[in-house]
Amino acid sequence: MRLFVQAVILGLLAGGVYALMASGLTLAFGIMRVINVAQGVMIILGAYVSYTLFTHFGVDPFLSVLFVVPVVFVLGVVIELVFIRPLRPSEREELSLLVTWAVALGIEGVLGLVYSTTYRSTIPSYANAAWRIGGFAVLQVQVYAFGLSVVILAVLGVVLAKTRFGRAVRGTVQNPASAALLGVDERKVAAIGFGLSVATAAAAGAVYGVVTPFNPGSHYDLISLLLTIIVLGGMGSLPGTVVAAVLMGVSQALLATYISPTSAKLTFFILLIGILVVRPQGLFGAVERGKL
Amino acid sequence: MRTVSRSGVALTVVIVAGLAAFPFVFQANWVVNIAVFTMMYAGLATAWNLLGGYSGYISLCNAAFFGVGAYAIANLFPTSGGPPGSTPFLILPLLGLGAAILSIPIGWVAFRTRGVTFAIVTISLLFVAQTLAFLMRSFTRGSQGMGIGVPRFSVATYERPFYLALLAIFVFAVSVCWYVRRAKLGLTLFAIRDDEDRARGLGVDTEIAKLVTFAMSLGITAMIGGVWAYYITYIYPQFAVDPLITIGMVLMVFLGGKGTLWGPLLGALLLVPAQRLLAQNASTARWYLILYSGVFLLVILLLPRGIIPSVQDLIARLRSKSDRDTSPPAATVPTVRTEVVP
Repeated sequence: MRLFVQAVILGLLAGGVYALMASGLTLAFGIMRVINVAQGVMIILGAYVSYTLFTHFGVDPFLSVLFVVPVVFVLGVVIELVFIRPLRPSEREELSLLVTWAVALGIEGVLGLVYSTTYRSTIPSYANAAWRIGGFAVLQVQVYAFGLSVVILAVLGVVLAKTRFGRAVRGTVQNPASAALLGVDERKVAAIGFGLSVATAAAAGAVYGVVTPFNPGSHYDLISLLLTIIVLGGMGSLPGTVVAAVLMGVSQALLATYISPTSAKLTFFILLIGILVVRPQGLFGAVERGKL
Repeated sequence: MRTVSRSGVALTVVIVAGLAAFPFVFQANWVVNIAVFTMMYAGLATAWNLLGGYSGYISLCNAAFFGVGAYAIANLFPTSGGPPGSTPFLILPLLGLGAAILSIPIGWVAFRTRGVTFAIVTISLLFVAQTLAFLMRSFTRGSQGMGIGVPRFSVATYERPFYLALLAIFVFAVSVCWYVRRAKLGLTLFAIRDDEDRARGLGVDTEIAKLVTFAMSLGITAMIGGVWAYYITYIYPQFAVDPLITIGMVLMVFLGGKGTLWGPLLGALLLVPAQRLLAQNASTARWYLILYSGVFLLVILLLPRGIIPSVQDLIARLRSKSDRDTSPPAATVPTVRTEVVP
């Protein structure tokens, strides 16, 4: 039972970070019907920028988020303008997958040139500090990472629910044609939305580098996980994504505890096959568009 | 149904004869080495096109079956078994059949989704296959890699048997495509690409068509993986199940022309020699990924329909200007997609 609770705690903490990473994917898919395979490499990019800031300037990785987010936001807007906008709407879903994959390869190549393929890890002084709560050991870094994810997700939620931009986004998700008729500039929403979606990934990446060692090729591990989460969550449903991410984190931790850490790598596969057989539209899947 | 056109037959004979003569005309090992990889990708891309080009289902797990074929050969002909000669080539048909059967349950699950979700599910399958290749040590020996018996082919013409085997698989793949395009299966696939719901509504059995095509495509892919493993004689999980192989075949199909018969070959002829030369040169190898992604982005943004359809359009336009009674070019499938605005 102790082991079980410990695994669930670890899984929840990891799941929170997954939720942040995957929510950007869901946002981009909801707004633009774009599957961003480069989401994984954006996380790694965030991890590298944060790593560099830490090793060269001693900037705390959690503080570096403030720098990483705007930089990657701009990069995301540029990617949207140059590579995604020219795709014809009828082919956008499928082609965006290939285009963003190519972008991911390019960024992976650049990171390989700059940092080589050695595994890195951002190691602040508190990297191994742990709290003991009721007999359960919890790494402080993981709690901070979880906290940061929750805060960013909450901000994202408030922006979507309360602001003018958020209304434009939700309107575009529900019905692009009527949103455009009501004066929503769909192109602006797409560019800002895509920038926002990759910026959240990079924020998660800054803390990912503290918890996990990474190299330029690590984005494949991440993207397979994240894509599974959004399929599980039902493609384009934000609450679905969060639930699926937590489910993923917890089941991974349980498998790692009770079977073996290596088998945990296959968790996403087991969940994916299971869910597709039972419920092909995902946990929260809406058959037609109109939810976020 | 279109009958066999004389120009189509002539084109096929010329292409196949030219490809078959190549290693006898150009004998330098490094040239034939490049030709081996070109033919490998031509076959892979043609197999991908069978499902991806004709039905529109973007399958990204093909490299997983490439790995299945590679590891099957590695397990059947280990280094300890001595030089296997041409036996690995002879069992390829069985290997392809086995892989095709293996792909059916996987396809059954993956085809519960459509469109972009299908692509995501198959991409996940690819990553799972790579993880499995690292984990299933009794079958793959994990990251330490696996050796295959080295054949005692004459050094001067060492590459030739591999090239010819890959050519044979490529010709088989093109024949399958050619037959499918003329058969009811092809019509079903085109109907799925254009409007799957309507096809189902009209009583077309889309499930079986998709599964059969998926299995054929992956069976051919596994055969090519088998030849590859035998050629390089030592395989590692990260190269046997490599996302770059998947992206490579997709890129070649897009460059040559999705849904055309010879587009995948054209794409491979244009890209693989450049790719091999880049990868072998140490100073450019570091730029490899960047250049690869650059080419891919350029192709999709500037030539989204591929070379063959674009050129055919151009020719058709020029011809219709000069005279009215032209028949459509023999090597295309009508690729005009009706765009429905919701």
